[in-house]
Amino acid sequence: MLLRSAWRRAASAVTAARGARPAVPTRELRLRVADHAPSGTAAAPEVEAVLRPLYMDVQATTPLDPRVLDAMLPYLVNYYGNPHSRTHAYGWESEAAVERARQQVASLIGADPREIIFTSGATESNNIAVKELEAAIQPDTSLVSVMTVNNEIGVKQPIAEIGRICSSKKVYFHTDAAQAVGKIPLDVNDMKIDLMSISGHKIYGPKGVGAIYIRRRPRVRVEALQSGGGQERGLRSGTVPTPLVVGMGAACEVAQQEMEYDHERISKLAERLTQKIMKSLPDVVMNGDPEQHYPGCINLSFAYVEGESLLMALKDVALSSGSACTSASLEPSYVLRAIGTDEDLAHSSIRFGIGRFTTEEEVDFTVEKCIHHVKRLREMSPLWEMVQDGIDLKSIKWTQH
Amino acid sequence: MAAAGAGRLRRAASALLLRSPRLPARELSAPARLYHKKVVDHYENPRNVGSLDKTSKNVGTGLVGAPACGDVMKLQIQVDEKGKIVDARFKTFGCGSAIASSSLATEWVKGKTVEEALTIKNTDIAKELCLPPVKLHCSSKSLPAASASGAWP
Repeated sequence: MLLRSAWRRAASAVTAARGARPAVPTRELRLRVADHAPSGTAAAPEVEAVLRPLYMDVQATTPLDPRVLDAMLPYLVNYYGNPHSRTHAYGWESEAAVERARQQVASLIGADPREIIFTSGATESNNIAVKELEAAIQPDTSLVSVMTVNNEIGVKQPIAEIGRICSSKKVYFHTDAAQAVGKIPLDVNDMKIDLMSISGHKIYGPKGVGAIYIRRRPRVRVEALQSGGGQERGLRSGTVPTPLVVGMGAACEVAQQEMEYDHERISKLAERLTQKIMKSLPDVVMNGDPEQHYPGCINLSFAYVEGESLLMALKDVALSSGSACTSASLEPSYVLRAIGTDEDLAHSSIRFGIGRFTTEEEVDFTVEKCIHHVKRLREMSPLWEMVQDGIDLKSIKWTQH
Repeated sequence: MAAAGAGRLRRAASALLLRSPRLPARELSAPARLYHKKVVDHYENPRNVGSLDKTSKNVGTGLVGAPACGDVMKLQIQVDEKGKIVDARFKTFGCGSAIASSSLATEWVKGKTVEEALTIKNTDIAKELCLPPVKLHCSSKSLPAASASGAWP
């Protein structure tokens, strides 16, 4: 609405100011504007000269869904009251928005709104959940914590079975559902989940907000990480950020509506990507169970090519090798090591993220570039050369370094 | 109130968009993990990638590293009768900095004698490529590979 018309006006201003600009080498990269002029008109090539890589890293973060921004804007600009202010309309309208958002989050996972506490993100939610272990009433209470969908390889854990086992053994069950909420159907009651962490920015919502689901029946006791004015039932003090929370609620509602359609579309695109790559390149391994797998997260190992060099080569596409959380270290992915991947293949892995806004063109572009650069890097690889000469790499005594 | 806010938003958005096309593409990324253009150049415009005839008497081959470490470098040098390096080739399984380091090593050793080539330090290579401290170990393999290749004929 407001922003879109501002965008259009600015885009035409860019066209007008074009005369003074020096020639910029275009690399056929597209500008991601949902409503730019249809191709063929004069305006389109001008807008496309802004060079940014394609975004194929949705596990790291997701762009804001325009519908989420629409929901948030009034609370950023106009309805700016503190939701805990009890004495005036600003507070009341803000509180109403927070409670509406709480209901939206709750209905996505089959919970009661009273069981949702807003936090600053899934990391904070995880901390609250695990700290519960220390605040246990009985000395022998313990906690099981499992990720629903893994962020590196996209594997889905058997949450319902784990929930059943925990419930029968009277053990608390927490799951970090950051990559799963809004993407696969979840029900906290069917799956017997006691605690769940939710992240806003993994589901096309804003950054800086998340939620923790805490079961009421039977009651799960958690200890507050931050104390203060007693907001969020005393479990998480601090003013609830209405615009962020409204955004998160809107993201959850949109996800509930779009889940089935997104899943089908993403599955098709994922199939397209893996099939095309595996048909054109030998020695490519997909990491993770092929059956129990969320399609939008594809982790492939390209043998004889190192992952970071491939990321450098694929500079027109935003991708990841291993988890973004551990990108500061030089260690290969701990997840791949845990599933028993050979160390050299762990160094060769790339994660492709396909999301709600990924287009077929982007997938085709990525696949084409990937195939081209893998072939090129294999030409530069001594390992590939040795394999072509018929040498078994496992028989070589490598030097220590 | 809403109208004034909308006007401000419009102006801010326009200013941002008018400014952004003028930014060269590389400034859009954070500098901390950005590949220096020299490093990228060695991949995009490769020089000395390939192999020399390893059975030849004048060719020395050095191979260091391990696939499990994510770093394997092969460096080959062709030496004439006077001990001068006349040609060099490399192949690397490793990150962008590793590829650039070994590529640069082959460039630097050409025209030197084997003794002179052994004086090149990996810190020189790292400095030339502007490698960040975390990538220093990538350059540290290219010289052992070179010296290993020089140790033969």
